[in-house]
Amino acid sequence: MNKPVRPPRQIGYLRKLQHFISVWVLQHVQAFISSLGQLCRSPIASLLTAAVIGISLALPAGFYVILENTRRITAGWEGSVQITAFLHMDVSDARGRELATELGKNQNIAHIKYISRAEALAEFRQSSGFGEALNALEDNPLPSLLLISPRPDTHPEEMAANLLTLLKALPEVDNAQYDQQWVRRLNAMILIVQRIVVIMAVFLGMAVLLIIGNTIRMLIYHRRSEIEIAKLFGATDGFIQRPFLYSGFWYGLCGGLFAWLLIRGSLKLVEKPASHLAELYTSNFSLTGLTFDETLILIGAGVLLGLIGSWFSVSHHLRAIEPA
Amino acid sequence: MIRFNSVHKQYAGGIDALRNINIHIEPGAMAFVTGRSGAGKSTLLRLISLIERPTRGQILVNGQNLERVRGNKVAVFRRNIGFTFQDHRLLTDRTVFDNVALPLVIAGYRYQEIKKRVQAALDKVGLLRKQKSLPLALSGGEQQRVGIARAVVHRPAVLLADEPTGNLDPMLSWEIMCLFEQFNQVGVTVLIASHDLEMIKRMKKRIITLREGRTLTHAGDMHERP
Repeated sequence: MNKPVRPPRQIGYLRKLQHFISVWVLQHVQAFISSLGQLCRSPIASLLTAAVIGISLALPAGFYVILENTRRITAGWEGSVQITAFLHMDVSDARGRELATELGKNQNIAHIKYISRAEALAEFRQSSGFGEALNALEDNPLPSLLLISPRPDTHPEEMAANLLTLLKALPEVDNAQYDQQWVRRLNAMILIVQRIVVIMAVFLGMAVLLIIGNTIRMLIYHRRSEIEIAKLFGATDGFIQRPFLYSGFWYGLCGGLFAWLLIRGSLKLVEKPASHLAELYTSNFSLTGLTFDETLILIGAGVLLGLIGSWFSVSHHLRAIEPA
Repeated sequence: MIRFNSVHKQYAGGIDALRNINIHIEPGAMAFVTGRSGAGKSTLLRLISLIERPTRGQILVNGQNLERVRGNKVAVFRRNIGFTFQDHRLLTDRTVFDNVALPLVIAGYRYQEIKKRVQAALDKVGLLRKQKSLPLALSGGEQQRVGIARAVVHRPAVLLADEPTGNLDPMLSWEIMCLFEQFNQVGVTVLIASHDLEMIKRMKKRIITLREGRTLTHAGDMHERP
């Protein structure tokens, strides 16, 4: 214990840099592990914090999953917007078929089908269960009609609107309408819900920041005497900050994983009734959860929020602690 | 090693803690600062360790003008100083080993080196077999010795002790003082604040007496009576 140990002056710049980097890496590894140890020492409190963060992340992510599934269902419908053109009662079957062939040449029409009054009645009789009641009628009350599928196009709305005007202008056509107006309305509603999900995600993200910030603040004050001593023995701000930043990282990571588990669990619960419903509609639809990328984004968002929250807290509260 | 030139320290509220202090402590010397409570002993040590800054005057430690030690340099400067405290200020949730290791961990030593040095320091204060204990399981004297091991483990040039024997009986106090003397003998500059005048006199080292913020006795002659 003679003289204080000092780096000899002759050590080259490169060696010094090497030493600096190895110390830096070493201290990061120490902070990484010690912050994890800190969390494990109070497992219940850490778990509760991670759970709160997880729920906050799971809410917007869960809504996103619901939206994505809804979109997948309606996407199948959107492409097949159909136009139904009802013909006047006095238009003959022959004229109707002729009209269908003529319109079939229109390049905006992918598919056209003529349904005669008799066919319409037969179909209605079969599917409605009002067979007996229809027998009581003297005349067939149903008009003949044309089922038209527009050709897929970059501007399907516009093209469908043009087709509709064209059809309405025909003398044989009594009325023409979109078959699935409600799909459009649903999609418009989904757009609004989407915005709400984004707004909610922002709010809950801020909540996560506050939760992590506050948790780190309490950690800092809990370890106040340790920080003072470390500063007295020459700890740099970086050295003192690191474990707290890593704590934020761990909270964010655990919160993100917890959110993922919540979503997985919820999907498992909904999966069965959903596939039952799909069966009733004879659809092969199945619920989809988060993709691999989306899972990474969810967990990454947790980690990022954890780091930002702890950084805010650390830069605000650590400076206030000076040895006394 | 430590030089005070016309140092003045005024706390908020106009209280003068130190007035016109001129001190020079040579490298490798051992000295005591004494005086009643509130005489400015602690302030003197706090100025050296940069916990406080002087209102006026200049302080040089190890050739460095403390005026220029700011920001990140403070941390590096403090690595050359060891501290002990009256209340030990050990971390109660860490083992004795981890407490002593702290200055080395801060300085970025590797575990093998840390282990070697911590055990050497604990051996020196006679507590090697207690390295896995928690501080609260130790007696007051043992805790103070752990504090001393922590203060010297990183081989600082200057060792500052604030009332190291404040809570100990005369027998233990004497042992602690002898420990400080041993470190001084291997070249560490030691400055101890203490109000235990009887014991200090027996150490036959230089004594700096403060009264109401002024140096009352400032003599290089270790036999001089205050």
